[in-house]
Amino acid sequence: MPTNNKRMYDKGMVLAGLVIFVVVVTFPFWYNLGKAAPPPEPVLTEKAKAAEKCVESTEFMKAEHMQLLDVWRDTVVRDAKRAYINPEGKTYMMSLSNTCLDCHDNKADFCDKCHNYASVRPYCWDCHIDNPKETE
Amino acid sequence: MKSSRRRFLKLAGIAALGLGSRPVVDAAYAAVGGQAAPEPKVGRQPEALTAKQWAMVIDTRRFESAADMEPLIEACHSIHNVPHFENKRHEIKWIWETEYKHAFPGKENDFLPWEVKERPYLVLCNHCENPPCVRACPTKATFKNENGIVVMDFHRCIGCRFCMAACPFGSRSFNFRDPRPFVAETNKKFPTRMKGVVEKCNFCAERLAEGKMPACVEASDGALVFGDLYDPQSKVRQVLNDNYTIRRKQELGTSPAVYYIV
Ligand code: SF4
Ligand code: SF4
Ligand code: SF4
Repeated sequence: MPTNNKRMYDKGMVLAGLVIFVVVVTFPFWYNLGKAAPPPEPVLTEKAKAAEKCVESTEFMKAEHMQLLDVWRDTVVRDAKRAYINPEGKTYMMSLSNTCLDCHDNKADFCDKCHNYASVRPYCWDCHIDNPKETE
Repeated sequence: MKSSRRRFLKLAGIAALGLGSRPVVDAAYAAVGGQAAPEPKVGRQPEALTAKQWAMVIDTRRFESAADMEPLIEACHSIHNVPHFENKRHEIKWIWETEYKHAFPGKENDFLPWEVKERPYLVLCNHCENPPCVRACPTKATFKNENGIVVMDFHRCIGCRFCMAACPFGSRSFNFRDPRPFVAETNKKFPTRMKGVVEKCNFCAERLAEGKMPACVEASDGALVFGDLYDPQSKVRQVLNDNYTIRRKQELGTSPAVYYIV
């Protein structure tokens, strides 16, 4: 017969310790419960509103603008091709500084809003000047 | 699972069938009337200038002093956001002035005409036809594009400076410091560079794409001629045909695309 002598020493202390541990570990979750930062609302400039459509659909731009810019960058720099013809047949110059920022000349209220919310730090701005119209 | 090998083979067979069926499915889809979304296209702007090998001829007789070159250098450096550092060791330059002995070492015959020896010379990246900088670059940040321009992809440059060691003309500069505070007036349409990146003349690739001549050529009042080296009708070829020209350190075999009328 195996002895069934599994006694828990200092039961009270152990359980209390466990409860404290769980509470401390989950603290950030219930402390912030219901207090999620509101989703950002990037501001469109008048020019962007007037254009109605970006180079691609809003949904595409929201989800894929980084891939689009990556393709633009490689095509311009490496293939020496600078024109982008979207599915509707409209032609744009592929340029962050001169096309994107021409409409969206409010980086702080447009780009930064979501980038800060999602905690992404694109290094575009190390070289590309953020507001082409500032001194025009 | 005794039959596991058989099952595996069966599954593999079905999977292979599946892979092969993509065109069939696509064709069926198209037949039903479904249409793939139209794809965006990329291309050249209609006004873009292209060449097999862009080349430049510099008529050095037209530059008597540094003051004659200043407007050209200023034109280039201002539109390309080239920083100005007082400290020579941090200097960044795309196009600059040098002496005969530095521009054309090995071509210093005795008793050269005084004005040839003393005149200042304008130098820049030669956009060599056989560029050693391109071979040295481990990331392909430096490459020869389809117009013969030796382009730098600043996005890719890791600042290893192999290209600087490989270039026999000193055409490249390294950003030891963040260049932005040292750009007097930024041209918002052109990016700056960041610390740790190499830079040099880009033969104004961004202007050629818009149908414009390089800035230094435009500011030179005809002293600089620009065109396609392999187009017999080009202005560059006409000038090369009418004048005796030399190139820098031709003996090294890099085949510079910048020619000098001396
Ligand atoms: S001059 Fe120097 S940097 Fe320019 S292409 Fe020739 S080797 Fe490369
Ligand atoms: S410094 Fe940049 S461009 Fe030069 S070899 Fe290294 S990666 Fe290439
Ligand atoms: S070709 Fe363009 S980038 Fe090169 S030196 Fe002239 S102005 Fe500068």
